[in-house]
Amino acid sequence: MSGKSLVTATINGEEKQFLCEPRQSLLEVLRDVLYLTGTKEGCNDGNCGACSVIVDGVLLDACCMLAVEAEGSSVETIEGLATGDELHPLQRAFLEETGLQCGICTPGFLMSAKALLDKTPRPDEQQVRHWLAGNLCRCTGYDKLVRSVLKAVEA
Amino acid sequence: MKDFQYLAPRRLDEAAALMAEHAGSAQLLAGGTDLLIFMRNGRKSPEVVIDAKKIPELTRLQLDAGRLTIGAAVSCRTVWEHPEIIEKFPALADAATLIGGIQIQGRATFGGNLCNAAPSADTVPPVIVYGATAHIASARGERQAPVEEICTGPGLTSLAPDEILVSLSIPAPQANSGAAFLRFIPRNEMDIAVANAAARVDLDETGETISAARIAIGAVAPVPLYVEAAGAALAGKPVNDGSIASAARIARDASTPINDMRGTVEHRKQLVEVLTARALRRACDRARGEKIQ
Repeated sequence: MSGKSLVTATINGEEKQFLCEPRQSLLEVLRDVLYLTGTKEGCNDGNCGACSVIVDGVLLDACCMLAVEAEGSSVETIEGLATGDELHPLQRAFLEETGLQCGICTPGFLMSAKALLDKTPRPDEQQVRHWLAGNLCRCTGYDKLVRSVLKAVEA
Repeated sequence: MKDFQYLAPRRLDEAAALMAEHAGSAQLLAGGTDLLIFMRNGRKSPEVVIDAKKIPELTRLQLDAGRLTIGAAVSCRTVWEHPEIIEKFPALADAATLIGGIQIQGRATFGGNLCNAAPSADTVPPVIVYGATAHIASARGERQAPVEEICTGPGLTSLAPDEILVSLSIPAPQANSGAAFLRFIPRNEMDIAVANAAARVDLDETGETISAARIAIGAVAPVPLYVEAAGAALAGKPVNDGSIASAARIARDASTPINDMRGTVEHRKQLVEVLTARALRRACDRARGEKIQ
């Protein structure tokens, strides 16, 4: 009916062009068109936060945004967090504090934590818990995740 | 999700022309946190989706001589990050920080929450108590309506299929006025209201007498409910437990909740009375200059 649109967006600092249908979410395009499969699909309805990405500085669920809306935007995904082989301090802290088990929710938690630290470099525990409330984890339990973020803050 | 045409007009008149051309088969897209979910599960299947976020009038957040204008496509996060809104219109920030998690707040909008017309919509009672006016545009012209007249039933509004909610405008708060919004959910974050309540009070210069008040309650009626009688009962009354309790009782009696997975009729009636009283107390404290986040 409507065919595909050509969208230009900056993904992890690099300008990309991609074709997508209007009905494809940013999540679908990240995974299935750009093959950036670090962003996970959990509930696909804005409840679990597994697909958290940062668009123009704003943390959001990629399942709740159309990819065509990303025209001209800057999108940050988990793939942009490390610098080459050098892990981001949050990633190191998650490893050291065992802030993950199965790993499906991890990219979303890391992006939420990054968005928090971008805005508030030294958050307290309450702020960390508030900013992670939009992310669900079914195996780790949240204490280790909170501890991981707080450890990255101290680092 | 069914296929559709995506359009992103940059001018309000263009958007109005598109809404007229596709009236009934078009949906305006603001934050998408409700619409995209409904499109995915088949509850809505528009042929045309018109993105509201490229239209200046819908994305503007403006304080002009104390009057606040919130474009219909302004996100909750933009509202709660605004220091002057937190100070001057704290009940808006109360609601904006309660909806979903940070991810949802970054996308979800005041205009979308109103037009989605959920009985539990958390941003609607606060804009009602602030006396907001809805500015509506279509190819046929512009009109204004009190915000409490927009929702007409669960998922239903008084907007015609070709009409666009442009913005909500809220008069500058008077001296010695305060407002608050409270919600009950069985956990700390990320849930839909079992009941909610917003209150605004204007106190006289002594801070001891209420000159005017407005109360609105949610998730206890088919629409977010403006309880005019509860506010009117407070006019001229002293700020004390007795006046607050009688207004809260009126709010309880005005509620017509249902039994569902979130709560029973009795539970919701009790909650809305308690929440109204607490919101009134908090509004009075804020009117007296206390900073309560």
